[in-house]
Amino acid sequence: MKVILNGKEEQVEAGTTVAGLVKLKGFNPDTVIVEFNNELVNQENWDVTVLKSGDRMEVLRFVGGG
Amino acid sequence: MVSDVLKIGEKELNNRLFLGTGKFSANKYIPEVVRASGVQVVTVALRRVDPEYEEENIAAFVPRDCILMPNTSGARNAQEAVRIARLARAAGCGNWIKIEVIADNRYLLPDNEETVKATEILAGEDFVVLPYMSPDLAAAKKLVAAGAAAVMPLGAPIGSNRGLKTKELVRILINEISLPVIVDAGIGRPSEAAEAMEMGAAAVLVNTAIATAGEPVAMARAFSLAVEAGRLAYLAEPGEAVEYARASSPLTGFLRD
Repeated sequence: MKVILNGKEEQVEAGTTVAGLVKLKGFNPDTVIVEFNNELVNQENWDVTVLKSGDRMEVLRFVGGG
Repeated sequence: MVSDVLKIGEKELNNRLFLGTGKFSANKYIPEVVRASGVQVVTVALRRVDPEYEEENIAAFVPRDCILMPNTSGARNAQEAVRIARLARAAGCGNWIKIEVIADNRYLLPDNEETVKATEILAGEDFVVLPYMSPDLAAAKKLVAAGAAAVMPLGAPIGSNRGLKTKELVRILINEISLPVIVDAGIGRPSEAAEAMEMGAAAVLVNTAIATAGEPVAMARAFSLAVEAGRLAYLAEPGEAVEYARASSPLTGFLRD
């Protein structure tokens, strides 16, 4: 199925969780923030948040800025 | 001197230099810059992660006693700014937010109208809202009515190091607006920060001028001293400027025939 990850289509297997996709894509779980369908998901809930077709996931982090 | 604190939201600040953290050649400078300057308010930005490009977590470089003020850079309208602000707070960044709504890619000038909308929404959600704005009195009054905690007019375009080009308009805001007026963007040298403070600005936010200096830590210290000097001068009430000379020494008892 397809989900949208950081604005781009991504093919993932059914049953993939937020935690699974973070790991699969090589994001550092200790430094990223995940927004899932416009809501922040705390890290303790990544394992239980299962992706559905068409879901939108944003993986973000704080960077230097003025 | 009696204590001279800057109160914003529930916080009382003793240091009137705010620091932006973009463009440092290495993040390791940031804690040193904070120490050398004594800044208490530090801005950060929120961005998508590129897994191909491992980047450090900026928050790890900001000393814990600083107030983190995420900005909404990247937002092109009020809704995008509100989304970023909510995410930043939910991620544990505290409730301060610098609203930055920009639809102009050449000069990066803020959209005051969208900024007012975002300010109203976020102030209603108990954020401490510091909007970056073009120095316009009507817009500043709307920001006050919308619940802003301060207004942050630009001195010159972001990152331009051109100084206090908007001086006369910022002066009007200082005179007419009851909130702290913080000059944000464009300040390139400590003398320009002092100029803003002498005029009565409540604080100055500096990023590029410190981050891209040959010696960022020394430059941060220089800015901190300039901001303090300018503030002291403002409180000391500078004398008036006049057209012709007024002798400083007595005009009688000259040693001449």
